[in-house]
Amino acid sequence: MTVTAPVSPEALASIDKAVVKYPADRKQSAVMAALTIVQDEKGFLSTETIEFVAGYLQMPPIAVWEVATFYGMYNLEKTGRYKITICTNLPCALRGAEAAAEHLQKKLEIGFNQTSADGRFTLKEGECMGACADAPVCLVNDKKMMSFMTPEKLDEFIDGLWNQ
Amino acid sequence: MITLEIDGKTIEVEKHRTVMDAANELGIHIPHFCYHRKLSIAANCRMCLVEVEKAPKPMPACATPVADGMKVWTHSEVAVNAQKGVMEFLLINHPLDCPICDQGGECQLQDLAVGYGGSSSRFHENKRVVAHKNLGPLVSAEEMSRCIHCTRCVRFGQEIAGIMELGMAGRGEHAQIMAFVGQTVDSELSGNMIDVCPVGALTSNPFRYSARTWELSRRSSIAPHDSLGSNLVVQVKQNRVMRVVPRDNEEVNECWLSDRDRFSYEGLNSSERLTTPMIKRDGRWLEVDWSAALEFVATELGRIHASLGPAAIGALATPQATCEELYLLQKLIRSLGSGNVDFRLRQLDFSADDGQNGAPWLGMKVTDLNTLDRILVIGSNLRKEQPLLAQRVRQAVRHHGAQLSVINPIGDDFLATVQNCMIIPPSRIADALAAVIKAAAQKTGDAIPEQVSGAEVTDEARQIADSILSGERSAILLGNFVEHSPEKSRIHALAQTLASMADSAVVMLGDGANSVGGYLSGALPTAEPSGRNAREMIEQPLKAYVLLHTEVELDTSLPRLATAAMHSAELVVAMSPFKHRALDYAQVLLPVAPFTETAGTFVNIEGRRQKFQGVVAPLGETRPAWKVLRVLGNLLHLDGFGFESINDVREELNTFAAEPADRLDNRLGESAVKTALDARADARGRATGSVEQLTVERIGEVPVYNVDGIVRRAQALQQTRDAQTDRVSMHRGLIEKLGLQSGDRVRICQHGGEAVLDFDRDDRLPPGCVRVASAIDTTSDLGPAFGEMTVERVAARNVVNA
Ligand code: SF4
Ligand code: FES
Ligand code: FES
Repeated sequence: MTVTAPVSPEALASIDKAVVKYPADRKQSAVMAALTIVQDEKGFLSTETIEFVAGYLQMPPIAVWEVATFYGMYNLEKTGRYKITICTNLPCALRGAEAAAEHLQKKLEIGFNQTSADGRFTLKEGECMGACADAPVCLVNDKKMMSFMTPEKLDEFIDGLWNQ
Repeated sequence: MITLEIDGKTIEVEKHRTVMDAANELGIHIPHFCYHRKLSIAANCRMCLVEVEKAPKPMPACATPVADGMKVWTHSEVAVNAQKGVMEFLLINHPLDCPICDQGGECQLQDLAVGYGGSSSRFHENKRVVAHKNLGPLVSAEEMSRCIHCTRCVRFGQEIAGIMELGMAGRGEHAQIMAFVGQTVDSELSGNMIDVCPVGALTSNPFRYSARTWELSRRSSIAPHDSLGSNLVVQVKQNRVMRVVPRDNEEVNECWLSDRDRFSYEGLNSSERLTTPMIKRDGRWLEVDWSAALEFVATELGRIHASLGPAAIGALATPQATCEELYLLQKLIRSLGSGNVDFRLRQLDFSADDGQNGAPWLGMKVTDLNTLDRILVIGSNLRKEQPLLAQRVRQAVRHHGAQLSVINPIGDDFLATVQNCMIIPPSRIADALAAVIKAAAQKTGDAIPEQVSGAEVTDEARQIADSILSGERSAILLGNFVEHSPEKSRIHALAQTLASMADSAVVMLGDGANSVGGYLSGALPTAEPSGRNAREMIEQPLKAYVLLHTEVELDTSLPRLATAAMHSAELVVAMSPFKHRALDYAQVLLPVAPFTETAGTFVNIEGRRQKFQGVVAPLGETRPAWKVLRVLGNLLHLDGFGFESINDVREELNTFAAEPADRLDNRLGESAVKTALDARADARGRATGSVEQLTVERIGEVPVYNVDGIVRRAQALQQTRDAQTDRVSMHRGLIEKLGLQSGDRVRICQHGGEAVLDFDRDDRLPPGCVRVASAIDTTSDLGPAFGEMTVERVAARNVVNA
């Protein structure tokens, strides 16, 4: 019974790379990077993966759980192929984010925190992404920023994904 | 020093202090929630906002450092407006359910809301709701909507308990306090979270909804389970102990309490309480009155005394008995002419009894533990034996950079950074220590003591030696694995040798509330007339036993033999608050008071004499044991039992025991050291024998919630993880060797007795050893906690008939 890491050797190597950026007794500083790395590989953060990261960085599991639940970019459940996070904070809201969000929900036939039946889309409500000048904005799969998301642009964008 | 002014009053404080500290010193109260004097500063509740001259906006007093010439107003219009604003926000999401809240009447939020809250709310939107959590049997988190996110509970776990079991998950409005998915709060100090929680979010599970705080009378007492002697406030309603909370004493327990001391009171109200004296006639138990019972005891003791002589009589008391009880017990036995009296029931090795210079103790003040810089723990599950002393060791490691080294038969986590660690079988502890001494002598150039010259110096031994030699204030702690070891004297002598080389203190941790007091009260066979010690009284059975609080099958080193000795005796007088297995072997049961129902004294590990009064009237016909012993003395026409009150007993005891401080001494005399060092035990931790029946070494610790009769009957504590002790733990290697599969059980045999238990795997244990608790029912038919035993597999298909 040797404990096998629930992630690939490549992922482990990337975590190690993140860890060495910090002093040896401050391994936990790499927790965000480590969570991102394992999520990229696994799609989401299960309890077991979080425990693994905790053990790897010598942190209490609850401390990793705090981080994983704090940030919207970490998924604690399986998401659709495209996770769309739309900012609904004040500057975006003033520039039509509410309408955009409503449009999205209608178009995808799902509410916030839901995944479409075909497993293609997950919709999330996000907080300010520091891109207020481009308001309203949304983030695709936590990495790609989409600016000035009027309903028309949203249509164009979603249709493009549908056809992929 | 820095001079500042708060509310017009001038004060000087040290640099790096906060406005809150300064105000506290001036006796000025600043409202607060997240600030706690023992925890780090979080400054997240903002209730402590005060006005500071030249600051553009109100500042949090708990996080604002003092500055020279600073002027602070804590109750100015600006300050109070800010505080009221914060309170309004705090109450927005609070359910305001004080009438049905267990914290009502002792809630900081309720109190401050009276001073700073509005009479109605301007918030008409929906309040948030937070799901309840299951944190285990002690701490209830049923109403988490009441949480104000001060994070005191989280910081308590991280900083004091040493383990982060609670955290704040989520963000903003969705933030909530919880444990990691599927986990509970298992710390041995968890109950303190209930105290630090300023609202009714975390409450006491056993106490909830059983009383209102204003119905309770508060009485001081002393905790009876470990030798720290935490100071208690016992809260009482209608002559029943409803709850126990800590009483602040910086020099003992600070503001904390271990779960054992906090929740054990449930045992006092157990249905197993013995409430009337009972006599066994023709094999049947009869309830009788006190005079009949005592007459019976006196007559029987008199008869045995006359026919078989005083040496046929002996007494076994637990270290939970008070000084007054122990003193009178030994006086009774000695007045009868016997010296057979002992309270060190779990001890196996008494060979150094004659060479002991004084009563074993901490060797320093309790508070000194915090400032040690080198600590070597030998043979101790410190967190469970002495939860709050372990906490102090943790603080020494964290805040004084103390180096912690450990020589232990188990690998349990100290929740503090351990620098050097040797996990070895119990029988090898002495050898390991010898190796450390040899390494130390090599380093200092001292002559290598002859008895350790053969030791094999390993790297670990060298590291431990280096560590302990390099300290300014070092200590060697001997825990219960040593206290109960068959090689206690040798380990003690070795520790003393090492201590003298490294100029460190030897610490004897003791195994009961009154383990120091027992020595001072003379409840030992070494005083005149001398007699048999606890082990001898068991191995060479007597004809009559007086048991004080003792359940021999659980409280002694040799449970199987002890039970047999009781059965073979003509008279067993069981003085106990509980009906227990003495029903099988005793002739008389006398209901004597637990610590809450009698006045008494415990001398704690630093020699602090702590007197206490009874907090409730004795239950039913129960009587304080000191009174029972006094009457027995009179009935037996013994001299010197004419005490009118407990103070008379104390006065006599004081002349007998003088100042505790003069009698405390951990040192063994020179010749005792030599004898102990020369002794060689032969048990060696190696699994031998055939595969079917392996001979292994037992690690028989006393589990944290089994140390005495009261805590063994405390229901909630018995449901904790720490109380799940009905099993055999062993290293993977041994599991493989025995061919154990899941579902199998393990039969263990020792001293002709056996037990069949589930097994689990613990790779931190030394190979060739199994961890099987003592002081529990399932193993009460076995032999000593340390020593050899055999283990064999009981295949799953045979488990039912096993
Ligand atoms: S549960 Fe209590 S102690 Fe913990 S954060 Fe909430 S209010 Fe503070
Ligand atoms: S408010 Fe939407 S990006 Fe800042
Ligand atoms: S007490 Fe100062 S911010 Fe909470």
